[in-house]
Amino acid sequence: MQQKMKTVTITIQEDGEPREIQIEVPDTGEGGWGDLSKNTYVNKPHTRVDAVDKVTGRAKYTADIKLPGLLYGRILRSAHPRARINRIDATRAMALPGVSVVVLPNDDPEVFSRECRFAGQEIAAVAATTPEVAEDALHAIDVDYEVLPFVVDEDAARDPDAAQVHSDRGNVGEPRVGEQGDIAAGFAQADVTLEATYRCQVQSHIALETHGNVCQWEGDKLTVWASTQGVFSVRGELAGHFGIPETNVRVITEFMGGGFGAKFGARKEGVICALLARKAGAPVKLMLTRKEEHLATGNRPSAVQHVKLGATSDGKLVAYERSNYGTPGVAGSANIPGAPYLYEVPNYRIEQTSVFTNAGPMAAQRAPGHPQAAFAMESMMDEMAEALGMDPIDIRQMNDPNEARRNMVAMGAEHIGWKTRRSATPNSQTGRIKTGMGVGSCRWGGGGGRTQAECTINPDGSVQVKCGTQDIGTGTLTLVHMVAAEEFGLKIEDIDVRIGDTNYPYSGGSGGSTTAASVSPAIKGTTMLAKLELFKKIAPRFGVEPGELVASDGNVFVGSDPSKSMTWQQAAAQLGDEPIFFHGQWLPGYSDSGVPGVHFVEVSVDTETGLVKVDRVVAVHNSGMILNPLTWASQVNGGVLMGIGYGMYENRIMDPATGYMVNANLEDYKVMGSTDIPEIEILRYDEPERGVIGIGEPATIPTPASIANAIYNACGARIREMPFTPDKVLSALAAVKEG
Amino acid sequence: MRNFSYVNATSIEQVPSLLGRSWDDAVVMAGGTDLVGEMKDYAAVPKRVVNLKSIEGLDYIRQDDAGLRIGALTTLTDVLENSAVSQELPVLHQAVSVIASPQIRNMATLAGNILQRPRCWYYRSEDFPCLKKGGARCYAVGGVNTYHAIFGSGPSYIVHPSDAAPALMALGATVHVHGPRGGDEVLMDDFFTMPEMNIRRENILRPNEIVTEISIPKPEANSKGMFLKVRERESIDFALVSLAAQMTVVNGTCERASLVLGGVAPIPWRAVEAEDYLRGRRITEARAESAAEAAVEDAAPMPHNGYKVEIAKNLVKQAVQALAS
Repeated sequence: MQQKMKTVTITIQEDGEPREIQIEVPDTGEGGWGDLSKNTYVNKPHTRVDAVDKVTGRAKYTADIKLPGLLYGRILRSAHPRARINRIDATRAMALPGVSVVVLPNDDPEVFSRECRFAGQEIAAVAATTPEVAEDALHAIDVDYEVLPFVVDEDAARDPDAAQVHSDRGNVGEPRVGEQGDIAAGFAQADVTLEATYRCQVQSHIALETHGNVCQWEGDKLTVWASTQGVFSVRGELAGHFGIPETNVRVITEFMGGGFGAKFGARKEGVICALLARKAGAPVKLMLTRKEEHLATGNRPSAVQHVKLGATSDGKLVAYERSNYGTPGVAGSANIPGAPYLYEVPNYRIEQTSVFTNAGPMAAQRAPGHPQAAFAMESMMDEMAEALGMDPIDIRQMNDPNEARRNMVAMGAEHIGWKTRRSATPNSQTGRIKTGMGVGSCRWGGGGGRTQAECTINPDGSVQVKCGTQDIGTGTLTLVHMVAAEEFGLKIEDIDVRIGDTNYPYSGGSGGSTTAASVSPAIKGTTMLAKLELFKKIAPRFGVEPGELVASDGNVFVGSDPSKSMTWQQAAAQLGDEPIFFHGQWLPGYSDSGVPGVHFVEVSVDTETGLVKVDRVVAVHNSGMILNPLTWASQVNGGVLMGIGYGMYENRIMDPATGYMVNANLEDYKVMGSTDIPEIEILRYDEPERGVIGIGEPATIPTPASIANAIYNACGARIREMPFTPDKVLSALAAVKEG
Repeated sequence: MRNFSYVNATSIEQVPSLLGRSWDDAVVMAGGTDLVGEMKDYAAVPKRVVNLKSIEGLDYIRQDDAGLRIGALTTLTDVLENSAVSQELPVLHQAVSVIASPQIRNMATLAGNILQRPRCWYYRSEDFPCLKKGGARCYAVGGVNTYHAIFGSGPSYIVHPSDAAPALMALGATVHVHGPRGGDEVLMDDFFTMPEMNIRRENILRPNEIVTEISIPKPEANSKGMFLKVRERESIDFALVSLAAQMTVVNGTCERASLVLGGVAPIPWRAVEAEDYLRGRRITEARAESAAEAAVEDAAPMPHNGYKVEIAKNLVKQAVQALAS
């Protein structure tokens, strides 16, 4: 029963250079997580360790931080979509009782610009003794603008005569081209060629907790409480901006109210908060308002996709051409995946451009580019199936190179009753309310790395695990507890876990569905090797090799002879007064990347009001080895709901005449509410031999596409523009009536 | 939100003097679910807020032979849970049941609901100095008017957001008003005002007047009612189009129809042509459709809200058929 060892290659940093080294680690088999059936925690559902703290309000988020002498910051934002600031005067604001400091463009030209390129751009900031006074002060800063021509609509912005967003480049960026084979020859082989244009709107992130920070300086040392997806990226940006060593900056994110890709780095509001705090000589809290969230903190870019697809009469895809553009606002890219989404097409050409507009900049949002790509591709696949007289599932299975996804499609189809409950003929029901079923698929990457951790085993048996990762609401803190407790054979509550602090070992940002696959192997490796160090101390007492010992149920014993046993505390007591301390890092062999996913959706369409109701979603997902099925399912639920929101309700609406966003709130920017939530069933397609793979992003991708396909199945109305609101549904139904 | 002073009123009689001659001087607050949002958005910037909840005895629902009297401070939850309302006035019960959320209904009052200010995104945003705030233009014209009016001819294209108001109007309710010269009564039909009469407000109330009671006559025998509301989102959403319908049908023949649309005009919009068409006619599917056509005959949709015409028409058809059966 000697534990087998294996050699793995890891990369360490040496004088700033990566160097590969070999280390010996216990060999825990394919996928790295051993025999899951014996586990107490890993791969078993476990309630979040901080659930009670969160629902009782004991959990302290950034907005809850209170410090002596705390001031409240607010940012003044451009009142025009395009303007030049001639003069800015804070005299009236400074005269208000309670106003402490104001920072103006000249105080930091890196943060503030006198050239305003969207309504909502940062132009100045104040700190005051109360949030109310800070808001009053914003209204008392006098700005003399030279108002300039603007454009907020991506179609209008493509016109060469349109107002130019930037002075050094045109509104339309350099095209990105992806191609393979010969599309002319491909389309020549096609028996059926279809062309259509699909439109996806701009989506706001809507993290429940808005962006914000609390900054406190002591001399040239800065402590920051941040609502962030990456404490180390906040530290790096602030140290760089203020020209101080990273060791002088500490960033803390103990509890965090959600982030979907727009909360990396300190960002402008973080730098501004630190600027105000430094100038005021007092701590400053600066939480953004919901309106600011919509205007300036990032969004999912729009996508207008002209798609042409050719297939042979038996359903084989032979040629694909796509020309697409979207707006990232004033900066960034609106590109979506640069090959035909999901399916194998031998000949394709894709050309895409980003179109700048005078609107807030994009930020990576939960599976950047994928929901847009899936909407067009999966809609077009259904249109092609219809044109060829095929079942939408058959054409997918024929062209999908991914075996796991084909299996998942079959699994979901069986579960929802695709063959038995779905009418193959669209619009076949009579009556006002018609029901339908649709399918859509996705792919995502994920993968892990870039995480270190520390483990201390004290002589009294107490165990502490530290890792600088942050729990953005996905349950990372619970995962760390589970992995460590499993390794030591202890209870979750026996492990003291510390995360969310740059004083702890490095971990990368929580994004790209990489957190679980980054953190859990690092915790596994670190605790496993720390345990081995303990075993080395006590193995001689049993006259065995360290690898023959097992830690389970609070005991340490010889695997081949469990009568040779001592309690965990007795084992730890052998350490004398020197704890075991182990600094470890992410190890290969415990995680993987690359997953498919499939959503099946049932909808009801009210043909007299145009209202669509999503009744049921069957979501089939694959995360290799699932660490915690409960938090995993929460991620799938959240992804499904965000996808329904994008498909059905959410839409950033810019007023073309004035350049303002008209729905920068949560009334007119509609996020689904509790009574809009359908029945969601989640099917697991397990591949434990692959190790841990993230789920955050894939779960949101295929929902809008599958809803559109279900609407078509219900009522014969093909809706090629999101969101699927009554105006679009009614006009599509009118087109069906007219034939 | 601008700073303001706050006064607790202790009697109805005291209120007119606490209020001023201008809407900028003072406003009343009951549940506050609308006013606080308006103040946060700088759509309302009163110098003084007069709290009415400190007045005792204004939350009641009393039934007598004439009908129901509902005190102005009665919460929507109390209206919703009242058995006389649910049994005898289903149109009102159904309307209140789809207002906002339980939390908001617990705070919001019935009078406050009919006095709601527009939800128009141009009106509510500090970015737009629109007609209703004393500005020079209605931004819905030439702007994004997806949720705006399909009836009326401006100059403002807001829609009245209340769900309770169409129901009360369909029931022939009366609003009791108290002002400096004492009490007065106004039929709901005469209470609301179109923009061409008063661009800044949606009803006849003057800055120093308040609503004290809403009384609802007992519906006649053989009268039935229902409320239909179409909203994009089921959780807390205002109506794209709503319809309050109260009809008296005897042996399949409509003796009287009261049809009031919400979400389509600056005031709750009585579909007079449809009501006239239905009176005295036997209800058939074809006649329900003709009534529906009549209801939207005068509709003048804007570039983005033509779909509302279709919805309004279909709701009238659905309600007429349902109430005749």
